[in-house]
Amino acid sequence: MSNVPRFWRNLKRRYNLIGTKCLNCNELYFPPRQLCPKCRRASKIEDVQLKGRGEVLTYTIIHSAPKRFEGQTPYIMAIIQLEEGPKLTAQIVDCDPTEIDIGMKVEMVFRRIQEDGDAGLIYYGYKFRPIAN
Amino acid sequence: MKLEGVGIVGYGVYIPRYRIKVEEIAKIWGGDAKSISNGLKIFEKAVADYDEDAATIAVEAARNAVRMASIDPKDIGAIYVGSESHPYTVKPTATIVAEAIGASPELTAADYEFACKAGTAGIQTCMGLVASNIIKYGLAIGSDTAQGAPGDALEYTASSGGVAYIIGKDKLIASIEGTYSYTTDTPDFWRKEGQPYPRHGGRFTGAPAFFKHVYNASIGLMESLNLKPQDFDYAVFHQPNGKFPRKVAKMLGFTIEQIEEGILVDKIGNTYSGSSLMGLAAVLDKAESGERIMLTSFGSGAGSDSFSILVEEGIKKIRGKVPSVEDYIKRKKYLDYATYAKLRRKIKVIS
Amino acid sequence: MKVAIIGVGLTRFGELWETSFSHLFVEAGANALRDAGVDGKDVEAIFVGNMSAGRFVDQEHISCLIADQAGLNPIPATRIEAACASGGHALRQGIMSILSGFHDLVVVGGVEKMTDVMTESTTQTLATAADQEWEAFLGMTFPGLYAMMARRHMYEFGTTREQLALVSVKNHRNAIHNPYAQYHVEITVDDVLNSPIIADPLRLLDCSPITDGAACVVLASERKAREYTDSPIYITGSGQATSTLSLHSRKQIPVVDSTINAAKEAYKRAGKSPKDIQVAEVHDAFTIGEIMAIENLGFFNIGEGGKATEEGETEIGGKIPVNTSGGLKAKGHPVGATGVAQAVEIVLQLRGDAKGRQVDADIGLTHNVGGSGGTAVVHIYEKG
Repeated sequence: MSNVPRFWRNLKRRYNLIGTKCLNCNELYFPPRQLCPKCRRASKIEDVQLKGRGEVLTYTIIHSAPKRFEGQTPYIMAIIQLEEGPKLTAQIVDCDPTEIDIGMKVEMVFRRIQEDGDAGLIYYGYKFRPIAN
Repeated sequence: MKLEGVGIVGYGVYIPRYRIKVEEIAKIWGGDAKSISNGLKIFEKAVADYDEDAATIAVEAARNAVRMASIDPKDIGAIYVGSESHPYTVKPTATIVAEAIGASPELTAADYEFACKAGTAGIQTCMGLVASNIIKYGLAIGSDTAQGAPGDALEYTASSGGVAYIIGKDKLIASIEGTYSYTTDTPDFWRKEGQPYPRHGGRFTGAPAFFKHVYNASIGLMESLNLKPQDFDYAVFHQPNGKFPRKVAKMLGFTIEQIEEGILVDKIGNTYSGSSLMGLAAVLDKAESGERIMLTSFGSGAGSDSFSILVEEGIKKIRGKVPSVEDYIKRKKYLDYATYAKLRRKIKVIS
Repeated sequence: MKVAIIGVGLTRFGELWETSFSHLFVEAGANALRDAGVDGKDVEAIFVGNMSAGRFVDQEHISCLIADQAGLNPIPATRIEAACASGGHALRQGIMSILSGFHDLVVVGGVEKMTDVMTESTTQTLATAADQEWEAFLGMTFPGLYAMMARRHMYEFGTTREQLALVSVKNHRNAIHNPYAQYHVEITVDDVLNSPIIADPLRLLDCSPITDGAACVVLASERKAREYTDSPIYITGSGQATSTLSLHSRKQIPVVDSTINAAKEAYKRAGKSPKDIQVAEVHDAFTIGEIMAIENLGFFNIGEGGKATEEGETEIGGKIPVNTSGGLKAKGHPVGATGVAQAVEIVLQLRGDAKGRQVDADIGLTHNVGGSGGTAVVHIYEKG
């Protein structure tokens, strides 16, 4: 995927972890939703900036990767529960595959996600790294 | 000319986690690690991860700076990113930073390139915009993932890292008393469009380039402000290796004590646009209010920007808010040459 | 509810280099019509499950292609897509067309031709079943999603790496007796544990292969079925459910709630409960998938699927034989065909035609999943 408008449309959210909040029920969403599944037509959605700190719920170490990610193998992908509640999928960096564990506290960093070949765009966005003690 | 009321509101640094030792590089190319370390006064350098570049490093440093300054990023009216390794030849790094720190859209932004002094050039531009009340805050960044050709002497020092400074008039942690620049057309180091690695003039990079420009800019600054080396508590110079800044300090009449705090090249290598600015950050991490710092950058091509910086009372309030230079230096993991070559894309991959 | 299956047909599953996309469907369809004793002119409509002919063979509009190549113009033909659950969804559409009274006799098929593109392209196409914006874009792979479910299942319930491997060992053993299966080779736990790592903790032999193949069934109303056979197999329950497209948005990671919801509907429609099921074909695209399936379908408590597998409860001769065909792992997984091929296996079992792998069963179940569990469809079958 990743043609230009599709990336650009979500650029702010990917750069800064901007999710959505339903003002009707106070539920937070990341990835963002335009309609709150709890409130549906009564949804009142607005953007919300998330802090970018959370905890690893589960993870995998990708050895067989799509072409655009082959340079990074083996790399860690995880489901992270943010402090504010929402769960998301992200790569974990600055962490060896032997160090990653369920329950690890992590924080958002800004990295290259993928590149559209040698001549194409570079797509940036969030990844996470262990929080140093 | 003495400036009033303009200075540093906050700063932030970023150094990637990976390091490679001089011995590891020397082993591959048949170099004598000991004589290189002794001669260049360098032991290891910072290496960016596969998914890091001058833009991601600039963003990490800028986010630290904004957090330290505790300002609303929307109040930043200008962003200049200086680098010799901008990820795009055409398409600004500065817009990426602006979006990633939440400063857009009401601001001006551009990328600078002047070898290793593009970051200080950005500071000067911000100073002008702030002093003339065109903007409230300006963000100047020096960020690089510098590359030396495999086997070239530059490979031992060319490293990755970035520094961001927020320039403004209020909430100053340090004021900038004055700046002085010295610029000539001196081709000591260059990289042409489409070339992966730079070329340099070998020993020509010394006397007619680094020493002449750093010396004259520093002297010019002191003369314009009527200051002597003894008036400074610290001096920070561009540091392509450990030898040059020590030698120029001596030429100018600074003592080893004045310059040691700001020399980082032995531990992280030459972060190019970040080099002297990283040294300044390390000094600001320790300096007390009332202390005076000289900063002189050098960019091949060639030019030097010199600054006199006076540490303000506000410095106490911002300590410990974001990771220090030392925190980043301590956080490290060593690489072997093969992994380093992969991460820095020195291995040709068919895509 | 009661809809009859009066004929079934398959192609061989595997890397069928000489066989084209449309050839696959026509072959399976002809086999099913022959098995049913139905002439083409009596077929009223075609429903075909297919995930991604557009990406695999650059051909959309395959409903038309299939009706054309089968010589069945001008009857209506409809393609149904729900990733790996496309076949199961097509079956349900066929069932509904008969229960509504719209049709009396239809062919439901599933087909996928996956080997006309390079493996990396196949993998990318399969990853389109995941959330492109918030999973795949970031470097997530399809095996990676199941690996994260496996990791969490191991963490929460103590499921072991060996228990996962045993799913694969069992399904390979079953496939030996299925002449249509892609693999006819027994494997050991060590083989699985020593196979190349794909997405830790999952290895190559935890993953279903890339497969070409097609499967068809002939569905008829109860009344119409009597014209062709005295002993049809009836579909008596059908359930279909969705969940969130992305794995991270679900309440629980190692539980596939779409399976639970689809099963609930199917059991209710059939008036049956999990303990009534005597044989099941479940969605083992990855070994952890079978362990979660046998829990979420209610055969075992949540968290006890690994133990049940280890104790042989799901083997032929066990409490509930699962994937007697070899499952997706060993029979092969031509994604769009899988849901229909599962129905074929249960029909063969209930008819007593599953030579070499026959179990004693009157009631069977199929379970087909799309993506990492965003979609699930369950059907229940009974002997007439």
